[in-house]
Amino acid sequence: MSLHAKPAGTAKVAYTNARLLDPASGLDARGGVLVDGNRIVEVGAGLFRDGVPPDAQEVDCAGLCLAPGLVDMRAQLGEPGREHKETISSAGRAAASAGITSIACLPNTDPVIDDVAGLEFVARRARETKLVKVYAYGALTRGCAGEQMTEIGLLSEAGAVGFTDGDRAVANAQTLRRCLAYASVFDTVILQHPLEPTLATGVMNGGALATRLGLSGSPAMAELIQLERDLRLVEMTGGRYHASLISTGAAVEAIRQAKANGLRVTCDTAPHYFTLTEDAVGDYRTFAKVNPPLRGAADRQAIVAGLADGTIDAVVSDHNPQDQDSKRLPFTAAEYGIAGLETLFALSLDLVHAGQLELLDLLAGLTYKPADILGRDAGRLAAGGPADMILFDPERAWTIDPDSFLGKCKNAPFDAWPARGRVVRTVVDGRTIYAETPAPAAA
Amino acid sequence: MSPADRALQDIPTRAAAESGSGAPLRHLLGIEGMTAAEIVALLDRAESYVAVNQAANKTSDLLAGRTVINLFFETSTRTRTSFELAGKRLGADVINMEVAWSSIKKGETLIDTAMTLNAMHPDVLVVRAPDSGAVQLLAEKVNCAVINAGDGSHEHPTQALLDALTIRRRRGEIAGLKVAISGDVAHSRVARSNIHLLTTLGAEVRVIAPPTLLPSGIERLGVTAYTNMRAGLADCDVVMMLRLQTERMQGSYVPSIREYFRFYGLDYDKLAHAKADALIMHPGPMNRGVEIDSVVADDIDRSAIREQVEMGVAVRMGVLDALTRQAPTRATTGDLDGSIGA
Repeated sequence: MSLHAKPAGTAKVAYTNARLLDPASGLDARGGVLVDGNRIVEVGAGLFRDGVPPDAQEVDCAGLCLAPGLVDMRAQLGEPGREHKETISSAGRAAASAGITSIACLPNTDPVIDDVAGLEFVARRARETKLVKVYAYGALTRGCAGEQMTEIGLLSEAGAVGFTDGDRAVANAQTLRRCLAYASVFDTVILQHPLEPTLATGVMNGGALATRLGLSGSPAMAELIQLERDLRLVEMTGGRYHASLISTGAAVEAIRQAKANGLRVTCDTAPHYFTLTEDAVGDYRTFAKVNPPLRGAADRQAIVAGLADGTIDAVVSDHNPQDQDSKRLPFTAAEYGIAGLETLFALSLDLVHAGQLELLDLLAGLTYKPADILGRDAGRLAAGGPADMILFDPERAWTIDPDSFLGKCKNAPFDAWPARGRVVRTVVDGRTIYAETPAPAAA
Repeated sequence: MSPADRALQDIPTRAAAESGSGAPLRHLLGIEGMTAAEIVALLDRAESYVAVNQAANKTSDLLAGRTVINLFFETSTRTRTSFELAGKRLGADVINMEVAWSSIKKGETLIDTAMTLNAMHPDVLVVRAPDSGAVQLLAEKVNCAVINAGDGSHEHPTQALLDALTIRRRRGEIAGLKVAISGDVAHSRVARSNIHLLTTLGAEVRVIAPPTLLPSGIERLGVTAYTNMRAGLADCDVVMMLRLQTERMQGSYVPSIREYFRFYGLDYDKLAHAKADALIMHPGPMNRGVEIDSVVADDIDRSAIREQVEMGVAVRMGVLDALTRQAPTRATTGDLDGSIGA
């Protein structure tokens, strides 16, 4: 931080006339926030009743919602190795425009981030970009190959927020057992993409639709089988475990039970799993090819229920940018993934508008809960905390147009999707990194 | 209704997108979504070519000046030859292209290939590809008619049509027949196309296979699944055998060829459970002694296998005829010719 001097003359900013939303404290009230430099100084309902401090610049929020900046704990940012699909800079602009102030990026890059130098590269690129905060996971095993444990302690010291092999499950039980046990010394979290790799060999959800299309199917059970085994290992080791991208109702139930039994287990899902079903694959639509695959209607409803009762802790973008060359292919040959940063918040808000989730509960899964899993000081409107905030209009109707994404890739199956709720300003460490202008700003 | 539900409803299904009854057939990508009337119309047209193929002079000039490209990304002898003959007998210029799928994966993409061929203004592309959905993807990028000659494990519509024509000629009517499709259903595009066609025309369709070769949810296509071959064959009018597709199999589906033949190979013993005059069919190429006993396959009284090959040419002539009649004329297709068109 010492490399960057405070911006001159902008020490204090008073955000007035806002609907304050802080899920961590349960606050939902009219009021204001006073920011000094990169920190929040005061938050409160009656904060500026007697006027804005004379030395503060005023931002009138005009009754819009002021909330903690979103924390996206699962995204692929293209660097290093796939800069033609995304860079930390392009992803940063995309994230900022959608209210995301912190991103945790996956280590399954090229080369894999499995040493301190890799972490430092990401940190340096993020500093240079100076947009959103970028946290990095370290690979759990070298090369994400599922065999040899990485230097979990050294990587943790260097800033790794958790450990995962990205989109691969660690299949070897002994390896995962040792990783969970060893990592507990550093109280870091291990994230697993829970799909039993020898069962999950298909390119879409197993069932009648895959059969009709003549595509190989991955059974929903592949998720539960991997998860149940992992939960036993958590029980054995006392490790801290996070299941990524829960897509089935059976897995939600298994996590629910594990939490009830006191295991240190958390999980997340992404908007496509509570928004779409396998029907989105329709006629070999490769934009709907994701891993784990989109499931059936009952699974989708179970994911919504899991979010509503708090079994699912976090909502992630699962941002996985793919260019046309990777998607305009026969379904089996096409890459997995959806470019998710710019639709994370809008798609999630659909649940609130449909009455399935309270706004504060949704925000919890997008702010302090993922921050807590990663052990970061983020996701709260709290005095003394970093001034990472968003201002949004929950009612503003707009239409999703992937072609207008700021990120490099436009692979999203949400073309012409009617969205409601839009971010108008994004603030990171007190700096406004995105503000909606009357005419949309050119990238 | 939440936006999610609304959008889900908006996603077009294959059937909705292509069935459009009354609209002329632009491509033949699959049987699924076709109406009974459309199928019968194609069968009737094919029927008219059966006699042509049996005559001494088999050629006409119906497609004179038209270009048909057989684009095969998988090796094929009988289907490619059948399409080639069909095109030539209708007077078209027929070009055969065999391209290795591996080169599509690493070099020029499928879409590049489609665009390249499209620029040469063919009238019909006949395409076979090892990936399900690949022919449809290609069809979206060209402005000529496309015939699916088999895509992965998805569809093989002309095979289903020739099977139906064979059955219709032998039995007169498809509605009401009990048809057993037996063998490697999981990997078979022939099975899927036949299931769609036969159920649409009112036959009762059963599939017979070991559980490892029955794809999940197959019943949702309107068939009854059997894992016991004798039970599945009981009282059937038609027995369609499928080739065991070892090339599409990763991992162990059946323990051995010998065991497979013992329980799922068609021999007289198992055949005895079907109707006494049950018709035996196989799309070829046959693995004799794997899914079908040689003697059964060659049984002149029961086997329609050679007739299927004969009907194949007639069906492909009928399909080429139907697609080119209804396609816009050359003058109104590609951009280069736009000035000539109306």
